[in-house]
Amino acid sequence: MEEMPLKALIEALIFASDTPLTLDRLKEVLKEVLKEVTKKDLQRLIAEMMAEYSLPQRGITLVEVAEGYQFRTRPEYADWVKKLKKTKPFALSQPALETLAIIAYKQPIVRSEVERIRGVDAGGVLHTLLEKKLIKILGRKDVPGKPLVYGTSRRFLEMFGLKDLSSLPTLKDLALLGSPAGEEQLPFLPVEADREIPAAPAVGDLIHQETETDEPPYEVAKDSR
Amino acid sequence: MEPDNSFAELEQPELPLKVKLEIFEGPLDLLLHLIKKNEIDIYDIPITVITQQYLEYLEMMKSLNLDVAGDFLLMAATLLHIKSKMLLPPAEDELGEEKEEAEEDPRAELVRRLLEYQRFKEAAAELAKGTLLDREVFTRQFFEEKLLPEAEEVIIGEVTLFDLLEAIKKVLKEIPLAEFQEITLDQLSIKEKIHQIMKEIWDRESLTFTDLFVSSSSRGEIIVTFLALLELLRLRMVKVFQADSFGPIRIFSPIEREEGQKRLQERIW
Repeated sequence: MEEMPLKALIEALIFASDTPLTLDRLKEVLKEVLKEVTKKDLQRLIAEMMAEYSLPQRGITLVEVAEGYQFRTRPEYADWVKKLKKTKPFALSQPALETLAIIAYKQPIVRSEVERIRGVDAGGVLHTLLEKKLIKILGRKDVPGKPLVYGTSRRFLEMFGLKDLSSLPTLKDLALLGSPAGEEQLPFLPVEADREIPAAPAVGDLIHQETETDEPPYEVAKDSR
Repeated sequence: MEPDNSFAELEQPELPLKVKLEIFEGPLDLLLHLIKKNEIDIYDIPITVITQQYLEYLEMMKSLNLDVAGDFLLMAATLLHIKSKMLLPPAEDELGEEKEEAEEDPRAELVRRLLEYQRFKEAAAELAKGTLLDREVFTRQFFEEKLLPEAEEVIIGEVTLFDLLEAIKKVLKEIPLAEFQEITLDQLSIKEKIHQIMKEIWDRESLTFTDLFVSSSSRGEIIVTFLALLELLRLRMVKVFQADSFGPIRIFSPIEREEGQKRLQERIW
């Protein structure tokens, strides 16, 4: 098959897919037609397509999101599309957003840890986020009480237009807040950028330690899409 | 410390009794606000000043008839504890010598928490700034049920109670609002439904969530059926799975018919 038709075929598949179309799925579908399509070939064609769609005369763009590819309308036309779709405007309260951010960066995470960071009860917010399918239950942590372990969902990636979790914006350097006049004033060791804050584990506090073990410290439930 | 004007502004008698102050999400948020407002160096918090202002704020909340959440009170206690610790001379060990390692600043743990919280607050703001689906950008809309070919169904995830409630909501929504039908004296029993569901599962190996309600003629029956399903789940007689977050929910029984019937006899009536 010539290169141009293949590109058109890919375009059709991405267009017709109800969720971001992953490379694996794309390859699986195309396997029947083509013998030697490598992921690289597909990636190259999609990259070309993305460039074509990024031209200003287009109303839609091709984006890489949630480990797949999806056509989305251009942000400039949001107001008009909203009129057309009559969808409920996206709304997340400040507590919900903060909780979501904590879960996104610190997953897998248990409720008590979320509450420790925000300093308030997290029950209601977790419920809302579960309902909106932005987070999911990953399993249970193997500690007394077997607390539920939360993580973000694929829907979260789609919602925030993220390719995968590694494309989350990096957490800002802690030292930005306040203005430490001098190092010697620090009552404790300065924290390196992008490092976990070495919180002193309080009694009964179920802090998830970022250990290097292969086994996750919780029982993993099967991943749901 | 001079009285805080921003607090005074809020103390207006015209304010309705039920005010919800969304400004501060919690004690840490309030503390960050106080630190910023007073232009305090977070690494050297004047604990007396901050504690006083914090307590003033709590008082203000009370006078506004706001529910002062326990989280706020807990932080007040923490602040007072730190304050008292700062007043004490450095701890000495039994020999009366000063400890070799310098005691950690009593404020250190609080500062760590404040910084950590601040970091996630910024991260949340960063997330909200992005191009969000259904806010800035949109995709085509699909009617998921029609697009999911049942043959290709792969069981991926176990279904949560939320999914089930969501599904029953849909079923209930689909029954016509105005139901004109004869009132029958049929007693809808959960027990009968349980036996009926299990028989069908054993006959057909699995059922979809919607299969359950095909024969249901009224809202009452739908609810009884749903309760029967929940009971079966509780008894671990069935398991529910979903291939996709919007796909059909499938119900299986991990238990063979004979064993299952025995169990039903024992556990149900």
